[in-house]
Amino acid sequence: MADSAKRSSPLTWLIDPIAPTTDQAERGFRFTGSNTTWMVPLLVGAALVVVSCVLGFSESFREQFYFSYLIGWTFCLSIAIGALFIVIIKHLTKAYWIVAVRRIPEALIWSFPLLLILFIPILLGFLDHHGPYHHWTQEGIADPNSEHYDEILAGKVAYLNIPFYLVRMVFYFAVWIYLSYRLYTLSLRQDVDPDPSIPVQQRRVSAWGLPLLAVATAFASYDLLMALDPHWFSTIFGVYFFGGAFLTAFSITALVAIMLQRLGMLRNVVTAEHYQDLGKLMFGFVVFWAYIAFSQYMLYWYGGIPEETVWFRHRMEHGWGAHSAMLLLMHFILPFLILLPRAVKRSIPLMSIMAVWLIIMQWYDHHWLAMPVLHVEHATFHWLDFSCWIGLFGIFFGTFVWRLGRHPLVPQHDPLLGKSLRFENA
Amino acid sequence: MLKKILQDAKATMGIYEGRDDRIYGLLAEFSDPGMLLHAAQEVRKAGYKHFDTHSPFPIHGMDRAMGLGNSKVGYITLIGGATGLALATWLQWWTSAVDYPINISGKPFFAFEPSIPIMFELTVLFSALAAVAGMFALNGLPRPYNPLFYSRRFAHVTDDAFFLHIAASDKQFDLKQSEALLRKAGALDVEVIEDRGYSELHAET
Repeated sequence: MADSAKRSSPLTWLIDPIAPTTDQAERGFRFTGSNTTWMVPLLVGAALVVVSCVLGFSESFREQFYFSYLIGWTFCLSIAIGALFIVIIKHLTKAYWIVAVRRIPEALIWSFPLLLILFIPILLGFLDHHGPYHHWTQEGIADPNSEHYDEILAGKVAYLNIPFYLVRMVFYFAVWIYLSYRLYTLSLRQDVDPDPSIPVQQRRVSAWGLPLLAVATAFASYDLLMALDPHWFSTIFGVYFFGGAFLTAFSITALVAIMLQRLGMLRNVVTAEHYQDLGKLMFGFVVFWAYIAFSQYMLYWYGGIPEETVWFRHRMEHGWGAHSAMLLLMHFILPFLILLPRAVKRSIPLMSIMAVWLIIMQWYDHHWLAMPVLHVEHATFHWLDFSCWIGLFGIFFGTFVWRLGRHPLVPQHDPLLGKSLRFENA
Repeated sequence: MLKKILQDAKATMGIYEGRDDRIYGLLAEFSDPGMLLHAAQEVRKAGYKHFDTHSPFPIHGMDRAMGLGNSKVGYITLIGGATGLALATWLQWWTSAVDYPINISGKPFFAFEPSIPIMFELTVLFSALAAVAGMFALNGLPRPYNPLFYSRRFAHVTDDAFFLHIAASDKQFDLKQSEALLRKAGALDVEVIEDRGYSELHAET
C-alpha cells in the first residue's frame, strides 16, 4: 500500500480501513459538512437500538423483538449488498457516467463489518425458544418420536441445521467483506496514487466477485428471510431480494448526492444528467422488482398446490391483504407512473421524494416478507418495528457519513472521471 | 386552412414546400462538424425556423444548437403502450370469459394472474412498434424524393461533407440575406436549390 494511504487503527478499521485522506482531496471534492451530519444519526440510532434491545429482551416483547430487529437489519444489509452490486457492475461494464457519484456506493459497501457486529442479537435468538427461526431450530424436529416432529422439516434437516447455518453465514460475510475490502481500498488508494493498474485490478476483482456475490446474496436471502417460514420455498426469492436491494442502493445514492449538494458539496460535479440516470435505474428496478415478485406469485397461483400457496394465503388474510395491496400500489404502480416522465428524473425535489419513498418501501417489503410469520392472525405494526429499523439505520447511516467524510467525495484520479463530469444524456 | 396546417406539420418533419418559382432553399456546405454546429446556432439566433442540418454522423449538441427540444416519441410510445395494455385485457377477457368460456381445472374464466404476461407482452410490443413508427413519422421518413438531391455536392453528405439547408418556406427566407448569413457563418459554398419535380439524372440519360 502506498505511504499516503495508511491503515486505520484496529477499532476504526471496522468502520473505515484507511486513515483519512481528505487533506489530499482536490478542492471541491472535499467533505465540508459539520460533525453533526454523522453524529446525530449515529447517536439517535444507537440510543434507539439500546432501548429496543433492553426492552426487547424482556419476556413480553422477545418474539416481536427478534422479528423487528431482523427486518431492520436485513434492510441495512440489503443496502450494502445493492451498493456492492453497483460498484462491481460499474467496473465490469466500464460505465463512466456513474464515476462522479461512485464514492457513495463505495462508502456504503464497507458497512459489512458493522453489520456483522449488529448480527449478534439475531445469533442470540438461536439460543432461545422464541428465536425467529424456532420453527426449525426446535429440538426433535427430525425425531419421529418427538412431539415437535415435522415430516417436511425432517427432510430439510441436512440444510436447515444450526451448525451449517453458521458456516454459511461465515461464508457470506467472508465474501462480502473481502470483496468490499478490495474494491473500497483500491479506489481509495487511487485517490492518492494514480497507478494505472488500479482500474485493471478493480475489474479483475469484480469479474470473479460477481458470481460469488450473486450466490452469497441469494443464499443469504433464503437463510435470513425465507427460512422464517421453513415449509415454504421459492427458487426466485434470491432474485427478488436482489431486485429490492439494488433499487434501494440506487435510491440511497441519489438521496445522499442530493443531501451533499444541499450542504454545498459536489457543486458542478453531480448534475441533472446524473440524477436522470439514477432515476432511470430506479424506474427500471421498480419494474424489475415487480416482474420478479409477479413471476413468483403467478407460478404458485397456477400450480395451486396448498403447501406452496399457503405463503401467499397468509399474506392475503387477517388484514395482511391490505398490506399486500399497499405493496403493489406503493412499490410498483405509483412509483412506475411517477418515475416515467423524463422531467421527474431531472427534478431534484421529486427525485429526493421518490428516493425516500422507495427506501421506506424496501423496509415495508421486508416487513411484509417476515411479519406474517409471527402475526398470522392479525396484521400489525409494532413500535419495535420502527425503533429497531430507525435505530439500526441511524447507526448504519451515521457511520457511513463519517466514512464518506474521511476521504475525497469523488474518485478523483479515476481515468473516467472527466468523461463522467461532462456526461450528458443523448 | 387545412393545407396550411398540413404544411406546418410537414415542416416539423423536415419536409418543406418549395416556392411557386421553384426555389426550394439554400444549401450551404461547411468544412467540419464544429462549423456546422456554429452555423446552426447562428441561423437559429437569426430567427429561422425551417432549416435542417445534414452530416454523415450524429453531432453531439446539435439538438440544442438547432433548438429542437425534447423528442415527442415518448408520448407516442406511451399511447401505444396503453393501447396494447387495453387490447390485451379486452382480448383475453372477451375470448375466455365471454365468447368461448371453458372450465380449465377449476380456474376462473378470466383472472388477472394468468393474463398479466400477455398484457405485459402486448404493452411492450405496441410500445415498441409505436416508438419506431413515431420516430419515422416525426422524422418524415422514408422520403425517397428530396429536392436536395439535385445538388451534386450533396451526395458527399453520407461521406465527408456537412450541410445546412434553409428552406424557402421559412417566413424570413430571402435569397440575398439568407445567403449573406450563411457566408458570414463560414460556409464554403452556398447553392440555390430548385425543386424541378423530376430527376435531373434521369433527364440526362
